[in-house]
Amino acid sequence: MTTAEIRDEILNILEVIAPDEDLTNIDDSVNFRDQLELDSMDFLDIVMELRKRHRIQIPEDDYMELASMNSTVKFLEPLMKDIQKV
Amino acid sequence: MYDTIIIGAGMSGLAAGIRLAYFGQRVCILERHTTIGGLNSFYRMRGRNYDVGLHALTNITPKGTKKGPLARLLRQLRISWDDLEISPQLGSDIVFPGVRLRFDNDLDLLRDEVAREFPSQIDNFDRVIAEVVEYDDLDDLHQEISARERLSEMLSDPMLVEMLFCPLMFYGSAREHDMDWGQFSIMFRSIFMEGLGRPHAGVRLILKQLVRRYRALGGELKLRAGVKRLAVEEGHVSGAVLESGEELAARRVLSSAGWAETMRMCDDGAPVVSRASGRLSFCETIATLDVEPRELGHNRTITFYNDCDEFTWTKPDEPCDMRSGVICSPNNFQYGKPLEEGTMRITSLANFDYWQHLDEHEYCLEKLRWYDRITESAVRFVPDYRHRVIDTDMFTPTTIVRFTGHDNGAVYGSPEKQIDGRTHLDNLFICGTDQGFVGIVGSIMSGIGMANRHCLRD
Repeated sequence: MTTAEIRDEILNILEVIAPDEDLTNIDDSVNFRDQLELDSMDFLDIVMELRKRHRIQIPEDDYMELASMNSTVKFLEPLMKDIQKV
Repeated sequence: MYDTIIIGAGMSGLAAGIRLAYFGQRVCILERHTTIGGLNSFYRMRGRNYDVGLHALTNITPKGTKKGPLARLLRQLRISWDDLEISPQLGSDIVFPGVRLRFDNDLDLLRDEVAREFPSQIDNFDRVIAEVVEYDDLDDLHQEISARERLSEMLSDPMLVEMLFCPLMFYGSAREHDMDWGQFSIMFRSIFMEGLGRPHAGVRLILKQLVRRYRALGGELKLRAGVKRLAVEEGHVSGAVLESGEELAARRVLSSAGWAETMRMCDDGAPVVSRASGRLSFCETIATLDVEPRELGHNRTITFYNDCDEFTWTKPDEPCDMRSGVICSPNNFQYGKPLEEGTMRITSLANFDYWQHLDEHEYCLEKLRWYDRITESAVRFVPDYRHRVIDTDMFTPTTIVRFTGHDNGAVYGSPEKQIDGRTHLDNLFICGTDQGFVGIVGSIMSGIGMANRHCLRD
């Protein structure tokens, strides 16, 4: 997946987790927690959705890398570069 | 081989099942009874639908609310707010001798009532609210400070303290005489700051939504499948043996059967960490009326009553405690269309040992006797509806044992919760009333929380 495709995939996961959120104006540099009021259970769901969809394992120590869109995409790039977009 | 076996198809077991099945696990829920629900269930008798357990859902926040347990629950189960078809309450009250405090799903009403009835306490009451808001339910789970001590420091009128405790204890305190400050804060928010609501079709709608969702995700549900024992090998559960003799292998087991009840299932003979069992159980009378309660002048959703200045929250010496109770009219919610018939339900504290030791004949007679006494006690606080009753039913602590399997008919589980859900075995966990929160939203959150913490991450 390209960087843009990874970003789209994260947006899609956020839509599933928080269906009532308006994600069109999301600021990639701001923490999800502050912007979307996600809590620790929601972060677990981002991790679980990535595992379910792409078999990516993210250890608990790395959850903090998923703080914002920018940090998440940067963290996932090496893990997802060989995954084909479906 | 199942990834996870869940014991009990109540709210917590079903919620856990949905989480695990959603993320691709092979899950099986084992339910001893012939139907789902456990403590919160429903039945049909003489052509009428009845609910047990649920008076109202707590934690009702409006559609679109992002914070709070209800929003969290809906996100975690991928259920939309509309699926639960919740109608908010009309309004409830707490009645003590000479004082009536009304409340609804807007905290301002209760504030105004406190200001009117306890003018000297309103600033203190605002302080209580501020403290309750500050409590963090995800991070401070172990805050076991006495709520009675904390409240008495803030409120100088003991009657107001008792009146606040009455509904919060009735709706979820496993601890007698007192509550943990954390539990008090959570209950205060869920009832006074968020609010009460109910689906028009009652608890069956919620349970059916959960089961439908679980099955659609590929989850298996076995009814009449009581667990005889859990097979244990070297500190590890290898599976469940059913009453029928069938053996099911599993990588882990999540049990909502209760702490002591689950420990007894383990066949390793290991000494179990003892834990005080819950002792608080209830009788409930249910009357079907030929009119809506509103036509008799009763428009309250829930009335919590107590006939003396002090509210006593403990196992009564008498078969039922006549001093206090909860009157619920399922008709009195803001539905789009009325319910078919009028219903009045009254719940009072009951003594499990008394009811358990009656023979069948005495049990039937005592049910009739105490039905009358409970109703007589309650109509001191609401219009007398006894001349409009066309059908009745009643449950006792014995009924609760039959449907839930919980020792002592304990409705809110043990006063000492196993918050982390762990047991002496590395792949056996508990959820439900002995683990965490109670009530419908609370038990669903317990199932979700334990599934997330112990069953999803490996």
